[in-house]
Amino acid sequence: MSVQELETIFDNKLEREIRIEPKDWMPDNYRKNLIRMISQHAHSEIVGMLPEGNWITRAPSLRRKATLLAKVQDEAGHGLYLYAAAETMGISREEMIDQLLTGKAKYSSIFNYPTLTWADIGAIGWLVDGAAIMNQVPLCRTSYGPYARAMIRVCKEESFHQRQGFEILLTLCRGSKEQKDMAQDALNRWWWPSLMMFGPNDDNSPHTAQSMKWKIKRFTNDELRQKFVDICTEQAKVLGLAIPDKDLKWNEEKMHYDFGEINWEEFNNVVNGNGPCNKERMAARIKAHEEGAWVREAALAYSEKKKQRQTPTAA
Amino acid sequence: MIETLNKTEASHPSPTGEGREGTEGPLWEVFIRSKQGLDHKHVGSLHATDAKMAIENARDVYTRRMEGVSIWVVESKNIHASNPDEAASMYDPANDKVYRHPTFYNLPDELKHM
Ligand SMILES: [Fe+2]
Ligand SMILES: [Fe+2]
Repeated sequence: MSVQELETIFDNKLEREIRIEPKDWMPDNYRKNLIRMISQHAHSEIVGMLPEGNWITRAPSLRRKATLLAKVQDEAGHGLYLYAAAETMGISREEMIDQLLTGKAKYSSIFNYPTLTWADIGAIGWLVDGAAIMNQVPLCRTSYGPYARAMIRVCKEESFHQRQGFEILLTLCRGSKEQKDMAQDALNRWWWPSLMMFGPNDDNSPHTAQSMKWKIKRFTNDELRQKFVDICTEQAKVLGLAIPDKDLKWNEEKMHYDFGEINWEEFNNVVNGNGPCNKERMAARIKAHEEGAWVREAALAYSEKKKQRQTPTAA
Repeated sequence: MIETLNKTEASHPSPTGEGREGTEGPLWEVFIRSKQGLDHKHVGSLHATDAKMAIENARDVYTRRMEGVSIWVVESKNIHASNPDEAASMYDPANDKVYRHPTFYNLPDELKHM
């Protein structure tokens, strides 16, 4: 079959909402784009464990500690589902890890901010997991089958992440003045980086149009960001916290909240490696990978030895 | 028509070399029985150096919320799959045999319990 015919079959499947599966023919750029997107997503789940892991030993109660441990463990699982989904496209796990550790691959810029107080753990659950959910729910219908299935699994697990975060903030907001101030301070620092999680504005996002055409994405960056602002603004009222944006205002005509301009210079700086914690995060990942090397080697050596024992020696 | 599955779910010629096993060990497919009485269902894949490790990893990754009562793992390279490009001819013989379905048969309305 000619490439043109294959492309027609592919387009026709997209048209009829038939999922693309690993062995189906797909355009090279579709494959490349998805490998980039899924592996970035996987790296984000893995690096995303670091800011929260920082507070596991200092959680204020056993209940909070058990919750945070379970959440961080979930994120490791999300990373694994996603690496496995990317592997179906013909890239190996090792290659992806290598791309992360050499700085060739990106991960979500949000994880390059520090977690300074316990309230940050609440803010991360509410806003960072909240933004992730906003992105991930439409991805459950993405056109590539293994990615969509991984997302369904992830979304099932995510909702407790957001709720536990909100509960942390709610508890602080109903506590002493110092506790409420701590919650407000966390919101002040995490609000704008959370809005950046949706990526550049639509007219500045080179991948968006093509991704929409391929039905990889179902909504644009700006559409999702608007939805997030609308929802969070209402939720902040429950907490009694103020969103740090003087331009945030209900627009009766649009039936949406208007909000201020994102500091894109900061965004680009963090994406390009100059955020507050980029170096620390990469160093932590490299250290974990290197210090785990002997475990991987030992496990492989052990399975080799067992295989040899099982093979009967020729007389 | 039948091919081995080198990568998760189905293989694609890998730019890094087919069936290559890095330091992470080979790939395994995981199947989980969610409840006694139901079939094992494919849930995903993982790397492990042997079957025991694959089952332990599958427990940690795929059954953290009581999703299963039984786990099967099989090395991906041992799964053989039909080729989707041949789906048209492969399933064609089933297409024109409507008489395999109960609704094909015309019976009077007053006939009950059938
Ligand atoms: Fe996650
Ligand atoms: Fe999460």
